[in-house]
Amino acid sequence: MTLLRLLVLCGVLFGTPAAFAVEPNEVLADPALEERARSLSRTLRCMVCQNQSIDDSAAPLAHDLRVLVRERLKAGDSDPQVLDFLVARYGEFVLLKPRLEWQTALLWLTPLMVLIAGTIAVIAAVRRQHRAPGADKLSAAEEARISELMKSVGD
Amino acid sequence: MIAELGHYALVLALGLALVQSVVPIIGVRARDAVLMGVAEPTALAQFGFVTFAFGALVACYVTSDFSVATVFENSHSAMPLVYKITSAWGNHEGSMLLWVLILAVFGSLVALFSGNLPDELRATVLAVQSWIMAAFLLFILLTSNPFARLAEAPFEGRDLNPVLQDPGLAIHPPLLYLGYVGFSISFSFAIAALLEGRIDAAWARWVRPWILAAWMFLTVGIAMGSYWAYYTLGWGGWWFWDPVENASLMPWLAGTALLHSALVMEKREALKVWTILLAILTFSLSLIGTFLVRSGVLSSVHAFASDPMRGIFILAILVVFIGGALALYAWRAPLLKQGGLFAPISREGALVLNNLFLTAACATVFVGTLYPLALEAVTGEKISVGAPFFDATFGPLLVLLLLAVPFGPLMSWKRGDLLAVSQRLLGAFAAAGFGILVTLAVQGRPALAALGIGLGLFVIAGAITDLVERTGLLRAPPATVVQRAVGLPRSAWGAALAHIGLGLTLLGIIGETQWGSERIVSLKPEQHVAIGNYDLTFEGTVTRDGPNYRELAATFAVQRGGEFIGMMQPSKRTFATRSTTTTEAALMMQGVSQLYLSLGDPGPDGSVTVRLYYKPLVLLIWLGAVVMMLGGAMSLSDRRLRVGAPKPGKRKSEMQPAE
Repeated sequence: MTLLRLLVLCGVLFGTPAAFAVEPNEVLADPALEERARSLSRTLRCMVCQNQSIDDSAAPLAHDLRVLVRERLKAGDSDPQVLDFLVARYGEFVLLKPRLEWQTALLWLTPLMVLIAGTIAVIAAVRRQHRAPGADKLSAAEEARISELMKSVGD
Repeated sequence: MIAELGHYALVLALGLALVQSVVPIIGVRARDAVLMGVAEPTALAQFGFVTFAFGALVACYVTSDFSVATVFENSHSAMPLVYKITSAWGNHEGSMLLWVLILAVFGSLVALFSGNLPDELRATVLAVQSWIMAAFLLFILLTSNPFARLAEAPFEGRDLNPVLQDPGLAIHPPLLYLGYVGFSISFSFAIAALLEGRIDAAWARWVRPWILAAWMFLTVGIAMGSYWAYYTLGWGGWWFWDPVENASLMPWLAGTALLHSALVMEKREALKVWTILLAILTFSLSLIGTFLVRSGVLSSVHAFASDPMRGIFILAILVVFIGGALALYAWRAPLLKQGGLFAPISREGALVLNNLFLTAACATVFVGTLYPLALEAVTGEKISVGAPFFDATFGPLLVLLLLAVPFGPLMSWKRGDLLAVSQRLLGAFAAAGFGILVTLAVQGRPALAALGIGLGLFVIAGAITDLVERTGLLRAPPATVVQRAVGLPRSAWGAALAHIGLGLTLLGIIGETQWGSERIVSLKPEQHVAIGNYDLTFEGTVTRDGPNYRELAATFAVQRGGEFIGMMQPSKRTFATRSTTTTEAALMMQGVSQLYLSLGDPGPDGSVTVRLYYKPLVLLIWLGAVVMMLGGAMSLSDRRLRVGAPKPGKRKSEMQPAE
């Protein structure tokens, strides 16, 4: 079902069927710069697509953004500067990895919170269990009966 | 006529489902064996009617009856027969009918193979199954009728989306649904246990085979979907952290946790309340997964409203089943008695750790998938959560989990010895260390990738260590080893296999993501492109006709180290009916690695653009999943023998005298 969405939304809908994402003529001559452009592209969203990065998408907008990223890099921008530039232009929506801010705090902290809450719950359950009477400890009557039995075995 | 019969069969199935929803419960209350016994024949009859309806729908597609709306929308008379059949579920209405068919299959299987269950439990479980059935049948009949007719039958259909014209559609959705729907059984068992207010190890023993079966199907279903995406999308990706994929990953994570916690419950009567909750959550996530995909809410909040009736119905089903189950849980779970004490360092403790990490991983995927929706609904602000987020959060959780995997099976129940287990894992540590050094020596950077390879080897070697220990290999005489290996419970083999599969998948992921290489070039005939040791020569293009498409295929001769090893022929297919194009990538296996070649647009001068990848170890990603499934099958064969046996085995009877 994945396919249906991905393709319908990106390839088919935007009229660029099965054209490639990164076109040969976009590739920068400097391999180090191109490598940076590619890794940046992977964290930027093609905004008319379904959850696709501009590195993967064949939509015209993704092409424009890839060219833009490369232009900024050629102009000497650092990676964070490129991202800032794009966010200023297109909003946070363009980032596939949202920045840690108040409104994304819950998102970023979920894994940690679940781990901590889970650990606390486990510890609490273990403690409760050990404190619970009768679970593993025998009652006085049972103890007496056992010592009686032990004695009779010993005889 | 056949469409109307199919529609009518669905209505009859709904009637039966309503009967089965109510009568057995009354029977349980009144302790009336006859009323309780109603559930069995109705479950079988429902299966009969739903199968008939499904057959009727397929018949409409096979005969290209374009007077049926969904056939008109999704089929074409020129399609090959196999795609005519599969297009029956390549759309919303049909896929819901497939869902219900699989639910009916499971319902009738429970009716047939639950002879050893207490009557009350069986009646309640079947009734709960039927609540789900009734809800889905109502959903289909009221909002998504696949048999709806058109007033005037068009002459030709609109064709199936070309991307779906692939054998993948025959395999992926049915397997995925077998997984999703399979978890409905553990859900029904959990609800039944809550209603009865009683649960014991026997419950876990009855429900575990169903969990295992569902888990197996879901595992291989997800893997199949991933491989399908990999070879058809044409850009070599195999997992995109797309919400639709996440929707299937969440029940898998929860189901994996459930599989392990049910193990603790079965052997030690511990974690009962938690297991019940997991059973509810797993199926809830399956429901959410099904509906997130089907309702279109994921693509945009607004898509949800495009068909308000459907959207509201979906929401109602989610609220009733998930909300109802959780409320019942909150009310009744305190009644369930906790059992089995254990020390933190023990097999139980290790399995709790497993559950902790899997739950955290599942919560991460859940929040990551739904956060943008929630944020937009609350503040109106739009953010994206994509692959880089999941790599940064889900990744570390999984690494921690994988580090712990080899320890679990080697721990003893109740009280384990971490030091002793570590000593027994020396071989596995050595294998991991050796793997890291060799990887660093051969591949060099990145160091993180070498550690990943080490981790994969550690998981695999750890699973093998467990088998070696249990069979006494290296210590006992060969005859004894063989004897022990034969005598070893199949579930032990199954667990080891599943863990080996996990390690293999990890190796594949590391290989593909860290050392894969890519070339994007434009080639004229007789020009070369090289990648790694391989050299490809473009020989030219041909155009040919398929049954319902035209195809442009490019031929490449592949050489490795100067030696000819074969041809690759990627192509582009143009489907006239929908005027869309698909890419058919060419794949060449080199052991478990692959060369991947896909075709872009042809230029006016006879040149073509190609995207060429070398993907080392990539096949291990899916082979690992298949090995995991085989492990599940191995365990299942063990369970079935034991569950089917009229008397529990010797060891069992010692542990559960109360049964």
